[in-house]
Amino acid sequence: MTELQFHLSLSALLFCVGLAGVLIRRNVILALVGIEFMLNAANLNFLAYWRYGSRTVSMDGMMFVVFSIAVAAAEVAVGLALVIALYRRLRTARLDEMQSLKGCTERTDDERS
Amino acid sequence: MMEGLREFCGMIWKVLSDQPDPKAAFLPLVPEAWRVEVSALLSVLPILMVFPALFALTTVLERKGLGRIQNRPGPNRVGPAGFLQFAADGIKTLTKEDVVPRAADRVLHFIAPLALVVPVFLTFSVLPFGRNLVPLNLDAGLLFFFAVGASTELAIFMAGWASRNKYSLLGALRGIAQMVSYEIPLILSTLSVVMVAGTMSLPAIVDAQAAGSGDLLSRWHVFTPWGFAGFLLFLVAACAEANRAPFDLPEGESEIIAGYYLEYSGFKFALFFLGEYLGLFAACGLGITLFLGGWHAPFRFMEAWVPSYLWFFAKLAGLVAVFIWVRGTLPRVRMDQLMNLAWKFMLPLALINLFAAALWHFLGSTPAGWAITTGLLVVSYWSLGRILMPPGRIGRRVYRYAGEGPA
Amino acid sequence: MSALNLLLGIVVLTGAVAALSLRNLVHCAFASIGAFLGLAGLYLHMGAEFVGLVQILVYVGAVGILFVFAILLTRGGGVEERPLFSTSWLCGVGVAGALALVLLSGLFKGADPSDPAASRPSPTLKQVGQRLMVEDVLALEIMALLLTVASIGAIVIAMPEPSRKEEDPT
Repeated sequence: MTELQFHLSLSALLFCVGLAGVLIRRNVILALVGIEFMLNAANLNFLAYWRYGSRTVSMDGMMFVVFSIAVAAAEVAVGLALVIALYRRLRTARLDEMQSLKGCTERTDDERS
Repeated sequence: MMEGLREFCGMIWKVLSDQPDPKAAFLPLVPEAWRVEVSALLSVLPILMVFPALFALTTVLERKGLGRIQNRPGPNRVGPAGFLQFAADGIKTLTKEDVVPRAADRVLHFIAPLALVVPVFLTFSVLPFGRNLVPLNLDAGLLFFFAVGASTELAIFMAGWASRNKYSLLGALRGIAQMVSYEIPLILSTLSVVMVAGTMSLPAIVDAQAAGSGDLLSRWHVFTPWGFAGFLLFLVAACAEANRAPFDLPEGESEIIAGYYLEYSGFKFALFFLGEYLGLFAACGLGITLFLGGWHAPFRFMEAWVPSYLWFFAKLAGLVAVFIWVRGTLPRVRMDQLMNLAWKFMLPLALINLFAAALWHFLGSTPAGWAITTGLLVVSYWSLGRILMPPGRIGRRVYRYAGEGPA
Repeated sequence: MSALNLLLGIVVLTGAVAALSLRNLVHCAFASIGAFLGLAGLYLHMGAEFVGLVQILVYVGAVGILFVFAILLTRGGGVEERPLFSTSWLCGVGVAGALALVLLSGLFKGADPSDPAASRPSPTLKQVGQRLMVEDVLALEIMALLLTVASIGAIVIAMPEPSRKEEDPT
């Protein structure tokens, strides 16, 4: 396994861990953490291709990562503000309890426990 | 063996007498395989010894100084005039029982003091202490300083949360809110220096402040309008970052007892204490490097016969004395005053200072440059103080209790 | 593949898995910060000094703190008693696992595009600054605008509505 393949497979695994977290965790904040992991996996990919590719002089990969980190910071700020606003309204930070769009006002017994 | 010892002494002499590349003669005597490790050790060990020793000395001097300010003798029992008090304190903290609350999160409670002290030590590695004394000459030294320094906030949160004590948690939340708020003016005030010097490498910034061949006075950044304003902003923000009075709300012994390290005792408490003072030293060292000319002497003719590191440590001692003086003089601020000062006064002023530094970059040290930047800073200082933070809003005190909801 | 890289990779993956599977939310936040630190180490090891330090500054100093604050503000500080994972967790893990299989098989089946002659680049901060401020200056300005909008938006969203009476917290 070359260095590039190592970094790419690490990035793939990190992306999938993040994806699994977003899909299965019930807490909104941890879903956001999962999204952050997916973004970081993409950053790792950019840097790996920059470092082990043939054009290290161009610094394109690095610039992508700089901008991606800035976007991620903005995304986290807005995302967590949304979480706080939702918590203030619904008194919960769990995704399975935010179901007003489903039209059911009563919670089932399973979810209340 | 004898030769190795001689070269080792020669290396120390070279460091003390400010000569370039002190390790050059000693390292070839070390076995090839260990050379990197030995070289790193030689750079790291002095930091690990000098600054804790300085911490021990500062604790005594601070207590004596505060005692003078408050008209009492201060510690005067151990050793000559009480100067060995730090030894007594050290033995006491080392032999005390290490108490961990039953409900505490044991792992995080254990990691927190380490997570505070280790990054603080790391920040020292980029500071230039003398002419040839910089452990790690990074291209992005300033960025390294702030990146590593930012992780102390997490350590404070870790300590406050893991203790499972409401006062600890309150202290930690106050600490984080304060450090996050004051980090912005801190970084913005240093950015003006980066903009004018054109580099983030700390030794290069020190070089930019060296006296020219015709100058009597050094070209310290603090002698310029933007540098003076930046230095004052930096000092206030550094004071808040180090959680020192008048910004010691996270500790607030009369309100929340001791804040985030309430549940720590013995050696772990000593580590917190050490980390706090080392953080103060690191912030002072950065201020010296950026604004007070680093290891340069104030006058050009003095540089020849006083070693450079003595200037650095003299400035460090002066700044620490200022912090002790401020601590003994000013009362603690309120939380809303703290936040107003950071967001409504220091942040806009730091941004305007950045603009003034840009003007200075184009106008240079001409009369027009002095007049315009000084005028800009004075006018904005006055108007920010009058308009955004009006002093005359003193009315009847209104109490709002928790649970009443927004007024 | 050097030992340091392998170690950092293990730190990143264990941090990520722990962050998404631990029961105590604050532990999750600290585990995720560990993973971000591991990534910063990988970046520094690759020679991207600026990006590595920015990663530490942004993710440890800002994003990690924000996560911790949000967890405390939503009263998630204790141990979660209710089920952590949604009822369809098998489905989610299956999708993620399948994606991992596809990515990894594609990665090892195709030709390795890496350039063995590539030496460790070490761009100076000056070069990075030139690139950001001269060639990519439009992107930088747009980014500054985006960050300003995002911070104002975050404040507006999280601000309590003044007119509506708050319900009692239960």
